[in-house]
Amino acid sequence: MPFSLLKFGLKSDYPFENDPDLPPPSELKRHYDVVIIGGGGHGVATAYYLAKYHGITNVAVLEKGYLGGGNTARNTAVIRSNYMTPQGVKFYAASVKLFQNLSHEFDFNIMYSERGQLTLAHTDATVRAFRQRAEVNKHFGGRTELIGPQEIRELVPTLNMNPAHLPVLAGLWHKDGATARHDAVAWGYAKGATQRGVELHQLTEVTDVDIQNGRVTGVHTNRGNISCGCVVQAVAGNSSLMAAKAGFRMPITTYPLQAMVTQPVKPFLDPLVSSSALHCYVQQTSRGEMVFGGGSDPYPLYNTRSTLELKESLLAHAIEMFPFMANLRLLRQWAGITDMTSDYSPIMGLSPVENYYLDAGWGTWGFKATPICGKTMAELVASGGVVPELIAPFAMSRFDTFKQVNEMGATAASH
Amino acid sequence: MKIMHCPLNGPRNISEFVYGGDVRQMPQPDECTDKAWAEYVFYADNRAGVVTEWWLHTPSGYWFIAERHTVTDDIVRTYDASDMFQQRIDFMVAGSDKEEQ
Repeated sequence: MPFSLLKFGLKSDYPFENDPDLPPPSELKRHYDVVIIGGGGHGVATAYYLAKYHGITNVAVLEKGYLGGGNTARNTAVIRSNYMTPQGVKFYAASVKLFQNLSHEFDFNIMYSERGQLTLAHTDATVRAFRQRAEVNKHFGGRTELIGPQEIRELVPTLNMNPAHLPVLAGLWHKDGATARHDAVAWGYAKGATQRGVELHQLTEVTDVDIQNGRVTGVHTNRGNISCGCVVQAVAGNSSLMAAKAGFRMPITTYPLQAMVTQPVKPFLDPLVSSSALHCYVQQTSRGEMVFGGGSDPYPLYNTRSTLELKESLLAHAIEMFPFMANLRLLRQWAGITDMTSDYSPIMGLSPVENYYLDAGWGTWGFKATPICGKTMAELVASGGVVPELIAPFAMSRFDTFKQVNEMGATAASH
Repeated sequence: MKIMHCPLNGPRNISEFVYGGDVRQMPQPDECTDKAWAEYVFYADNRAGVVTEWWLHTPSGYWFIAERHTVTDDIVRTYDASDMFQQRIDFMVAGSDKEEQ
């Protein structure tokens, strides 16, 4: 070992120079069959499945910053499918299934860790809603059940069962709940996509979209103009701004979402725990850090600043749940900007522009859907606009026909 | 602590206020198309820049208008709604005008 290290130390070139994860930056071509705006998890996953299942490799992923540097890097990495509606449960359950095999598929460890997710109920009304969610989940193949205080105590012995005078009455125990390294997911997809011929262009910002006769013909970037066969928009918090460039409005409002992480402590918390009434979710990472997240900010903003008010209230709730955490120090805090829809479901599929496809409205719940989004968006693109059954309920036109998919209770601050 | 200037109560902590959405024109619910109503209820400009919005000072129950920059998080101006609405707005009650005629 020391000798082989010494050998590398004496070499002038980097030992893995011939085996990079991503190809070096290249010039933009004049034309691509598919342009994907946004190099986050969803964008590169779409490119990956286009190349892998549909043989479409003349694809450019255009990212204004760096790979997975937006909400892919800012979420709290919760994977679960215990939603409320049949449409939601089916969709997210398919995502969990894909996640389970992802490390194997990439030959790249995304550190998928199935810990189970526990959501706490503090009122009778929540218990009733949980009972319904458990049944819907079981019906569509998820592992979810309602458990009582005794089982909760056994699962999470450190939990305060009477936080903020809101006694824990029951819990929704979702065994499929998991976590994974969010950066690894983006890198795994990007590596797989670029190895198959997809081009990833970082530091490439789309400044305008060319529309002719209701069809998109190309995009302008800070590195020149390109023509394209179709466009997939996957830009999270900037969805409305990009859609405005393509000439339409979206039923989306952008809010910041703040989160934070403590110094590492020895492992004590296996499941991911969230509370519906305290608007707080807590998990311990594989490094031992405690990650907290809560609800979105109280007013819309395109800014990733943090506020003391929100941090204070979030921490107060987290300490109610786990009182000993009052002694921990915060390591980092951050925010992302989230594209919220009024029914807490995404907007996927067709847009008013014929060959301009949407993957938006991912608000605070986008990471867990990364694989299935990529897969279904790739099907949509490859078929030239035939909407896959799984994402049909999430069409933007559902707002015009008042057929929302209400996931508010299952989403708001219960990641 | 972020301060917002309430036109009635003066400078107050932002946590005393509630955001009430963009100031926008409501179409007549009886006469407009479903699409126009959906546009009004769900769709938003969601602009990155200065926006004009309704805000409520919760302790005093006072609604007013604020101009705010959604990128810098600066509050540009706040003023009483009477500065914008010079006369009373009558919202049509569904069906009532037909009966009166």
